[in-house]
This record gives sequence, structure tokens and C-alpha cells, in this order.
Amino acid sequence: MSDGIIRKSFVIPANDFTVAGEASSSVKKMLIQLGADPHKIKKTAISMYEAELNAVIHANGGVAEVEIDRHKVFIRIKDEGPGIPDLELAMQEGYTTAPDSIREMGFGAGMGLPNMKRYADKLEIATEVGKGTVVEITVFLTDNEKEDH
Amino acid sequence: MSPYFHSVTLDEAKCKGCTNCIKRCPTEAIRVRKSKARIINERCIDCGECIRVCPYHAKKAITDPVSIINDYKYKVAIPAPTLYGQLKSASSRDHILTALKMCGFDDVFEVARAAEIITNETKKILAEQKVQKPLISSACPAVVRLIQVRFPNLIDNILKLKSPMEVAAKIAKDEISKDKKIRQEDIGVFFITPCAAKVTSIKAPLDKQKSFVDGAISIADIYLRILSCLGKIDKVEKLSRAGFVGVRWANSGGESMALGTDKFLAVDGIHNVITILEEIEDEKLEDIDFVEALACQGGCLGGPLAVENMYVARAIIKKFIDEAKEKGLETTSNQDYHYDIVWTGEVEYRPILKLDKDFDIAMKKLETLHVINNGLPGLDCGACGAPSCRSLAEDIVRGNANETDCIFKLREKVRSLAIEMMELEAKMPPVLDKDETSEIKSKKRGDT
Repeated sequence: MSDGIIRKSFVIPANDFTVAGEASSSVKKMLIQLGADPHKIKKTAISMYEAELNAVIHANGGVAEVEIDRHKVFIRIKDEGPGIPDLELAMQEGYTTAPDSIREMGFGAGMGLPNMKRYADKLEIATEVGKGTVVEITVFLTDNEKEDH
Repeated sequence: MSPYFHSVTLDEAKCKGCTNCIKRCPTEAIRVRKSKARIINERCIDCGECIRVCPYHAKKAITDPVSIINDYKYKVAIPAPTLYGQLKSASSRDHILTALKMCGFDDVFEVARAAEIITNETKKILAEQKVQKPLISSACPAVVRLIQVRFPNLIDNILKLKSPMEVAAKIAKDEISKDKKIRQEDIGVFFITPCAAKVTSIKAPLDKQKSFVDGAISIADIYLRILSCLGKIDKVEKLSRAGFVGVRWANSGGESMALGTDKFLAVDGIHNVITILEEIEDEKLEDIDFVEALACQGGCLGGPLAVENMYVARAIIKKFIDEAKEKGLETTSNQDYHYDIVWTGEVEYRPILKLDKDFDIAMKKLETLHVINNGLPGLDCGACGAPSCRSLAEDIVRGNANETDCIFKLREKVRSLAIEMMELEAKMPPVLDKDETSEIKSKKRGDT
């Protein structure tokens, strides 16, 4: 914290919906205690939750690394899952590859990546089939930061 | 922040300083200090959870004594629909209302009627496209306060209509002053309530406007009088006018069912409400237009100032709902009432959880909080007076507690101190040391 950044990492467990979302909830709680703007907290919580859930559904879990500083929240979610063969297609609303068992539970409606894109200020996805996916989400906490990027 | 009124208070003499209330409080607003529970005022949302859970009945809600009605020339009782569920011996709603009137009132006006007016208006608002959905009912003031402190993103979803209680008080005052030619200020309107939070909404309304209600009398306080009047009724007055729609508001789900849509969700019990509000905030709840969230389990029938068991009350009130249906009592129409029932003031976010007003300092505090929390045992035993280890860590960074408030931490310290004492005990100044073994020991240690 000496450099003005709070770093936290979380393990995202595989196939466990009961704890899916715990990492994003604790980031949400941290931002509330920091007194961040409620709307930015919401953007962070939703985009991170979607990324977290994707790791649970598709990739046997993964890890989330979070960095918070005065100006932004940076979230990196890494998995060693199957990767995304067609990223452009996956970005479309309603497109899903989630198995029926997951959709029966009300998840996997094909809104994960679109929602991330909608709520993140910056979204970068690096994916390789058979190797895994790294999702990087940035949400700016101050409004004047946007132009710099 | 302006001074903040809330109605839940502590009876110090009865409080034993146990941990029941601190564990149940949804906003972590209670700490035990010097063997007494202390309520952190700005955190309390008046949900009444601590009143219900306290085994020593040390928590209570400030309500007005029944004698307050004597301050006014013309006295009107406005009973919450929940009252009907408290009196199983009453053969009709008219009996209950007549008995209530006999307790010293000049008139009674059912809050259930005003509830019907709110229902009609809510239907209109739901039909509009521009509102933020799901609409969250504002009927429960504790839930609105919860949103203010924990769910700022949902403030725009709150149904910004006055409460049935307020509307009932306004109509009663207007009608009586017109019909009976009595000055408004001579009319006292008293809410007969099962609810601690409603008392707060009278004394400090959410939208910061002045309340039309002049006092709140707890159902528990007036119950015995009503019961005794019930036995003395000579002539039953026809006072019940609300339809079943209004009476049903006492039940959890009653407000929603009146709206004529299936896209509603009714949740009761403050901890369940929090779970649902989290879902709404994270946009996980789909296809729901209206959320009725009530702090008390079972809705208002489970209010902390009610006397009858909530499940029994539900069975009793069912009888009166059916009665209203049979009698074909019309649902109150809004055409007769032209009141502005929309909130005029603003509901603001009260960020009580924020660690510091300066972001950088808050960052440092948060980091320290995590370090302290990791060092705590994680048992959430409550012996330090805080509800959980994390909240103790939070209290420490806020400067309101010490690490040694944790009995395990204290024990650890005592132990390491004892070990150090033992070690020191083995050491002797060389000139005094006559013990051979200790000489060997010191050699081993290398102090030759």
C-alpha cells in the first residue's frame, strides 16, 4: 500500500455457484468503505461478477487479481480453461456456449461478455484455445481519467 | 450530517451486555461497551430486529403514551391494518373499530383505505415506461433507510409515494375539519402501530417534510384497552370502509397482489431483504416490475410492537379479508381524493460505511483493516463487543477499539509475556549465581 495501491487476489473455485460472486462482493464492499462513487461501484461489481462467473462456468475456476488506486479499479481474471474460439461471436448478446445443466440454473444466458463490455470502462481479453483466457477490466473511479486512455 | 432521530432505544437497567442483538443487527449498529449495548445512532434503521431478539426485553421503541391524545380537542385513531389480526375474539372489523374508538377517540379512519389509494397510484406509475424498474415499495420505512445506507444505487427505484399512514392522516384531518368545522390544529391524529420505524417516520419523515400524524401509539400499549372495550360494546358502529385490498396490506405480499401484475416479488425479514436488494443492485433479478420488501418477517403482522404471534395473526386477518370480500366493500377510489401523494423531498445516500472522507486515508485504513482482520481468530464470537472479527478490525481503524479487546489476542499477549517472564526468571546476575547448572546454561548460551 506504500505505493498507493491496494492489491488483493482471490481464488475462483470451479463449478461452485454458491461461492461464485464472493470475490466481486468483497471488492464491492472495499469500494463502499473507500467511499467510491456508488455508480462506479456498481459498474465494477457487475463487470467483475460476470467475469468471475464465466471462469466458474467455462473454465474450472481461476484467479482474480484486483488493484485499487485513487483513480481506478483494475481487475485481472485468469483461467486455464478452453479459451474462446470466436471472441467476436462471444461478444454478441445472447450467444452462449454454456451447457444445458448451467442454463437450467438460470445462468449462461449469453450476457456475460456483453455486460462486461457495457459496464467496464476498458475491457481487454486475451484468449487462446486450449490454453485459457485473461480478462482485464478497468473501471475509472474519477471522471477525468477517461480521456487519458 | 444533521442530527439523526431513530426510535429504537435501550433500557440500560435491563441490558445484560450479551451478544444477541449485536449479532442480529443488519447494519452492525450495536456494540457492547461496559456491559451495555450501545446503538450507533446514525447506523440504526429502526428495523426492530434487536427488540425481537433481546431475551431481557431491554430494547424498545419510543412511542407515545396513550395519554397523548388528551392534548387535542378532537381525537382520531388511524389503525394500521395489522391491528385487525391481533383480536381473535372480535366478530367483525366494525367491532374492533368501535372498541378502538371507545378507548377515548372521537373518530377512527382506517389506514387500509389510504393503502388502497396508494395501490391505485402505484398501478398508474407502473404503467409508465420511464420509471426505473423494479419499483421498490416504500411502505416499509426501515427498508427505505436500509437503501439509504447500503444500496445508494437503488434510491431511484424507490416508489416515491407517501405512506398509507400519511395519506390517511391528511384525509382524516381534511374531512373532519370540513364536515365538523373544526380547526386542523385542534385535530389530533394518532397512528396505532405495530412498527418501530413508523414512529421514526412521524418524527423525522424520510422526505424531510412535516408529518400529518400527531403521535404513534404502540398496538402493545393500547391492546388491553381495546380488548376490554370489545366486551363492553352496546351498539356496533359501522366504521369499516376499506375493501379487502387495503386490509390485505398487513400481510407480506398484500401490497403486491393488489397491483394486478404477476411480475412482482415479495420478500420479508430484513436479512432476506438485503439478499434481494443485492440481487437487484447487481442486475441479477430479471423480469420483475415491483418489489415489496418488508423488514419484519411476515410483513407488518410480524411487527415488533404487535402482540399476537405472526402466524396466528395471519389466520385471524384472513377472516377479515374474507369478510370484506363477502360484504363487497368497494376498494377506495382515488377520484374522491385529490391529494398530491408523491414525495416532495429528496432521499439521500448516507454513506455510513465509508472509512474516511479522504480517499487516500480511507485506502490506508482499509489496508490496515485487512492486516488486523487477518490477525484476528475469525471466530466472530462477539466477546469484544463487536458483531464480527471484521467489524472489530473496522472499529480499530476508526479508533474506537483496540486489538486487545479481542480476548484471544489478549490471551496470546499474556502468554508471550509469561514466556518472557519465565525466560528472564532463569537468568541470574553472575555474581549471585550459585547454581552450577545455570552456569552451564549460561556457557551454552555463550555468555562466558
